[in-house]
Amino acid sequence: MRDITLGQFVAGNSVIHKLDPRSKIGMMILYIVMTFLVKRIYFFAIPLAYLIIELILSGISLRYILNALKPIRILLILMFVLNLVFTKGENVWLDLGFWQITGEAVLQSCFMTLRIILLVAGASMLTLTTSPLALTDGLERLLSPLKVFRFPAHELAMMMTIALRFIPTLMDESDKIRSAQMARGADFESGNVFRRVKSMIPILIPLFVSSFRKADELAIAMESRCYHGGEGRTRLHQLRFRLPDLIAILVTLLFVASLIVVLVLF
Amino acid sequence: MSVVVNHLTYAYSEGGKPLPPTLIDLNFTIEEGEFLGIIGHTGSGKSTFVKHLNGLIASEKGVVTVDGHDLSEKSERKIVRSLVGMVFQYPEYQLFAETVYDDVAFGPKNMKCDEAEIKKRVVRAMELVGLDVDRFSSRSPFELSGGERRRAAIAGVLAMEPKYLVLDEPMAGLDPKGREEILALLERLRRENGCTIIMISHSMDDIARHATKVLVLEKGSVYLFDKPEIVFSHAEELMSIGLSVPNVTKICIEMNRRGVPIPKTICTENAFLNWFKEGRKHA
Ligand SMILES: Nc1ncnc2c1ncn2[C@@H]1O[C@H](COP(=O)(O)OP(=O)(O)O)[C@@H](O)[C@H]1O
Ligand SMILES: [Mg+2]
Repeated sequence: MRDITLGQFVAGNSVIHKLDPRSKIGMMILYIVMTFLVKRIYFFAIPLAYLIIELILSGISLRYILNALKPIRILLILMFVLNLVFTKGENVWLDLGFWQITGEAVLQSCFMTLRIILLVAGASMLTLTTSPLALTDGLERLLSPLKVFRFPAHELAMMMTIALRFIPTLMDESDKIRSAQMARGADFESGNVFRRVKSMIPILIPLFVSSFRKADELAIAMESRCYHGGEGRTRLHQLRFRLPDLIAILVTLLFVASLIVVLVLF
Repeated sequence: MSVVVNHLTYAYSEGGKPLPPTLIDLNFTIEEGEFLGIIGHTGSGKSTFVKHLNGLIASEKGVVTVDGHDLSEKSERKIVRSLVGMVFQYPEYQLFAETVYDDVAFGPKNMKCDEAEIKKRVVRAMELVGLDVDRFSSRSPFELSGGERRRAAIAGVLAMEPKYLVLDEPMAGLDPKGREEILALLERLRRENGCTIIMISHSMDDIARHATKVLVLEKGSVYLFDKPEIVFSHAEELMSIGLSVPNVTKICIEMNRRGVPIPKTICTENAFLNWFKEGRKHA
């Protein structure tokens, strides 16, 4: 239970860490565009190079990226196998009689799997180098132009912040309630699926009750500190767009441009 | 029969790596019928220790046995869980059923008691904690007052009729009346049912008054393990590790400082009164 890490943040002091979250979100969007523009497997070299440079600059160990990939390993394997089975081709590498593995299929499998790996690795670079608070802050600012269309940018960001803040608390709480019910002889491990789902009720109900109580208390605490929505609220940490941000965005655009050139030429 | 703790060492782990040990080489025996008070600074490992008593956590290093059942054996844990009742901190947060009756019945149901036996146990448990069966049975646990909710949750544990009752700071957040009710309940359980009580508490006064043995944990090790009057006679040592002593002990220390000799082992109002009466008789 404790090992669930959603968008785990690794504190640091690198250039990447210090970038404005807005630029980092923008850079990630450009990076995603890059991975989708790639049409042939060896063109992945460009987003890959970009990712490696970012990784080195951020000083984050490769282990964290691999950890982020761990939960989707089943999905990756499945993607690989499905592409291997369903891609048609002429260039037969291996003939098993009922099933032929073609060169095209292997290439396609590697291509799709690599794309997913690069996407997830790039997205986790964002969450690894940006604290959840900075991230929601950046998102709020990026979305705030949409306020003219009555889009609740501030409310959305606040909700995300609160949700992120309470994930560890709820994990702790569910651990505690689980222990208490186990001490009363509750059994969460045996029986069929239906029984097991039913056995979760003694955990889920106290968890909901305490979530509502916490939400209530939090609302009171926020109001008593004069929170009244985003209107006219000033910030402790002002977001600033600085020279490194400009450079980072320009470099990213350079990568996108070179990818487009390569795509057009070859 | 008793609870025997033998060379118990325990370390939590995080991400597969063991953290520094929380409990270090604990050795002692809790005799049947005893009222053991556990005191110690926050983070000294009190809660971690009591979780061992019914196998919610198990250590590879060291052995805990309850009535001879070794808790490192998975097959023994089920038996021990029906012997050892566990009241966690803020037990009212574990209430979940639609009615108080159903919630109290959860434990006996899990023990596969039959309907008549469940009913008998629920009624007995509710009476013990002082919740009127007719008035409270069909009410939702969520509409009770704080003290009533705490007692309903404790009834849920008592309905399993444990031989050993473990309580982790059972009086935290209750008003004085609520605290007294819980303490009276524990005394009654011990007297009438011969239940062994193991209680973590920060109230030195309550520990001095009710405990027959006191375990002092400090940084995961046993600092003292003795009768309350002996433990609290080490007032200076206790204060040096950030713990307090009962108010009566504080008065005695002050009296000694001001030249009224009074034994260091007096830590309850009753003992103080007896000493006073003795003195008057001789005078
Ligand atoms: N689930 C856990 N994972 C890791 N460390 C823990 C966990 N629970 C408690 N600890 C650590 O163990 C130590 C003892 O905690 P605890 O037994 O709760 O102390 P106490 O009840 O005496 O206040 C603390 O330093 C705490 O941080
Ligand atoms: Mg504790």
